[in-house]
Amino acid sequence: MDKAGDMDGRERNEAAPGRLLSLLSPVPPALFAIVLLILMPDISDGREFSFGVTWVAALGISLRFYIDGLSFLFALLISGIGVFVAIYAAAYLRGHPDLRRFYFYLYLFMVGMLGLVLAGDLITLFVFWEVTTISSYLLIGFNNTSAVARRSALQALLVTTLGGLCLLVGLLLLGSVADSFELRQVLASSEAVHKSPLYLPILILILIGAFCKSAQLPFHFWLPNAMAAPTPVSAYLHSATMVKAGIYLLARMHPILAHTEWWEWILTCTGAATAAVAAVAALRQTDLKLALAYTTLIALGTITMFLGSDASAAVAAAITFLLVHSFYKAALFMVVGIIDKQAGTRNLNKLGGLGRCMPITVIAASAAALSMAGFPPFLGFIGKELKYEGALAVASEPALVATVAVFVNAVTVTVAGMVALKPFWRKKPQQLPKVKEAPVGLWISPLILSGLGLTFGLAPDLVGGGLVEPALSAVLGIPETIKLQLWHGINIPLLMSILTFILGVTMYLGLRRLRAWLAWDFKHAPTSADQMWDKSLELLKAFASAQTRILQNGVMRRYLSVIFTTISLALAFALIHSGQYPLDYNWPQLNLKEWAALLLTVGGAFMAGSARKPLIAICALGALGVGIALIYLFLGAPDVAITQLLVETLYLVLVAAILPRLPVFNPGRKVLFRPRDATLGAVLGLLITLSLLAVLQTPLVSPTSEFFVEAAVPEGHGRNIVNVILVDFRALDTFGEIIVVFTAAIAAVTLLGHQLRRGKQ
Amino acid sequence: MNSLILQTATRVLVALILVFSIYMLLRGHNYPGGGFIAGLIAASAFALFAIAWGMESAQSALRIPPGNLAASGVLIAALSGMLALFSGDAPFSGQWLRLTGDKTTGGISISNVLIFDIGVYLAVLGAVLTLIFALEEA
Repeated sequence: MDKAGDMDGRERNEAAPGRLLSLLSPVPPALFAIVLLILMPDISDGREFSFGVTWVAALGISLRFYIDGLSFLFALLISGIGVFVAIYAAAYLRGHPDLRRFYFYLYLFMVGMLGLVLAGDLITLFVFWEVTTISSYLLIGFNNTSAVARRSALQALLVTTLGGLCLLVGLLLLGSVADSFELRQVLASSEAVHKSPLYLPILILILIGAFCKSAQLPFHFWLPNAMAAPTPVSAYLHSATMVKAGIYLLARMHPILAHTEWWEWILTCTGAATAAVAAVAALRQTDLKLALAYTTLIALGTITMFLGSDASAAVAAAITFLLVHSFYKAALFMVVGIIDKQAGTRNLNKLGGLGRCMPITVIAASAAALSMAGFPPFLGFIGKELKYEGALAVASEPALVATVAVFVNAVTVTVAGMVALKPFWRKKPQQLPKVKEAPVGLWISPLILSGLGLTFGLAPDLVGGGLVEPALSAVLGIPETIKLQLWHGINIPLLMSILTFILGVTMYLGLRRLRAWLAWDFKHAPTSADQMWDKSLELLKAFASAQTRILQNGVMRRYLSVIFTTISLALAFALIHSGQYPLDYNWPQLNLKEWAALLLTVGGAFMAGSARKPLIAICALGALGVGIALIYLFLGAPDVAITQLLVETLYLVLVAAILPRLPVFNPGRKVLFRPRDATLGAVLGLLITLSLLAVLQTPLVSPTSEFFVEAAVPEGHGRNIVNVILVDFRALDTFGEIIVVFTAAIAAVTLLGHQLRRGKQ
Repeated sequence: MNSLILQTATRVLVALILVFSIYMLLRGHNYPGGGFIAGLIAASAFALFAIAWGMESAQSALRIPPGNLAASGVLIAALSGMLALFSGDAPFSGQWLRLTGDKTTGGISISNVLIFDIGVYLAVLGAVLTLIFALEEA
């Protein structure tokens, strides 16, 4: 999957700037993490920070940031793990020709993610949410020569954008109910939101947004496909960040939207279903990266399940597990990347015996896997004990939650074995070449991350008071204390842990038979979500091309018919709806020259319509145009009249240039469309006339035109009101119009050039 | 078209029309005229030239590709609109520098509004000529 090897030539040319970039890349996130760590004592004391600038004052939108326990935890994870990912990526992508592009995407993503978790305003949050969507699209599709990567990137983009749109509507509704977009005020108006009739729409829309981002059922399928990204990206996006954005949103919305049955049941059931489905799928995988991707889904499902509850123990379990998961999952993704890079494959069946040649990698892998499996004294163990404690504290359905928790944890134990035992300790397959230990840049990050898992496990107070507690208090909305410890005494969670290990080890030992059984089972499954996605896309495309064939068949007459019919229907609806008829209109007394202009116009129109030859029709149209210009002149609009005349002139020149190239129109044949087109045109003309009269009939109480008349000389320094409006009062509009003119010219040239090239072939 | 009368007349007429277009551009603020109309007039001058002398001569008479003309027109209009930012006003609001007289009596004053109008003039001229040249060539 890595094409760096066969680009040696380019590598040497661009090595120097790329290397400097690689060396500097961990610095910005490290600085950010240090700043956050300086704030840590304040955060543990329960203090909050909020700062920002007004953005759109009229709509009450500001670019505001807000740091409390929850956003602090996420921001620290994002910047902290970002440092290690940057170090790892520097070694992993060394000499890659597109290194600059990679770092640009990565930083864009990092900024988006940090902005998202630190946002103190609903709109700010949404903007950064979309930044992460776009940058993750670019990151997943980084290997843009691979069709698989492009498809996966597009899939991720479409799914998360769907969620993003729902989220936007949800946030707007929430903002209107809470009467503010500022997060602190929204957090304070939880009661109003609960009482509002819009509560359910808000809840569902925001949940769809979060579920799409965090790959919950039924939007889960994009996450395993996103493994097409380079491994550092997978480690970053799918351990600490992107997919946790949805979790962050759920946690952020917990004080506002939770404490209802809807919230409880939707989150618990979706989370449990996602975790269970992902667990079954994880067992089937032979690709190590995919297996890890499915355990990420398990983790996300589990966290969602626990966030469904408002019990303190359950939320604490969710937050602690989030922390635990970020450490071990990032480390394991990196280890898989090392295996892939050094051995040339990450297929489980082709790997084995790497333990002796990669002593350091194996330490990192084992430590991370032990944390993932939840062995003491790793942080994972504490996380798991908390999960079981939380599961028993869930009010709605403790039995379901506990069963799912035990099952998915058992599968996690099995997958941990698959990743950390099989490639390293199984007998080495014949075809595997000699494998060397990875360079230090590759193994240092997973080693530190998994080491942190052990350190925090031995001294849980390091994270308990400073990180978990403030976040927990932020989610629950009340100060809450929690003591993380390794040994709780012999109790039900410990018994469940032992059950998990037995189940997990049994599954690991019987993996071959389990796989065979699952394979048979999946072969008979009717369809997968991924296939359904493909089908729905195909359906959409089929619909698009069908309606294009009908509405835009390439024949001018059809386009005009469609446009005229649409306008006629809209006008007729508006006229009937507003009840503006019968019209009482004072017909003006026309003098002779006005009658002449009218005659010229109407006669021109009639001739153009009935002409048999294009040239005559065009000349008639010219007469019509001159007639209209005269009418403008008589009504006292010389500017418009001049413009009309000039446009008529140039139009004639243009048409004369096109005319020789038009297909010869055969007037001899009996044509059915003429009466039809004439009727359509007449109806449209009549309707437009009627609506203009109706508009004139409405008393206009608008001071704008009076303002223009009064302000033209003193403010605009001009006596020609039309021009003062064009270039001063409404200059922005005019600017937009000249851009349109310019764009139209370019578009026409492009189309003509295309024709020209086709003609030459 | 090979018409001696048209060709001879065009030589004089084109120059006159172009001067007239500039006159229309400059008087536009107080009397009928302005950048849009002036641009159309100038474009018709070149259209006339093209009809009389052929597309090649018209293009070489213009000297610059019309697309560039249109683009620089849009750019000039944008930049003149941005001038307002220096005085802290909203973009595209008129900036006036009064040379003689005052508000009530009139007098000579210069402004970014004229620059904006020149931008419109060039954009319209360039866009229309782009179209005409492309159609004649195609």
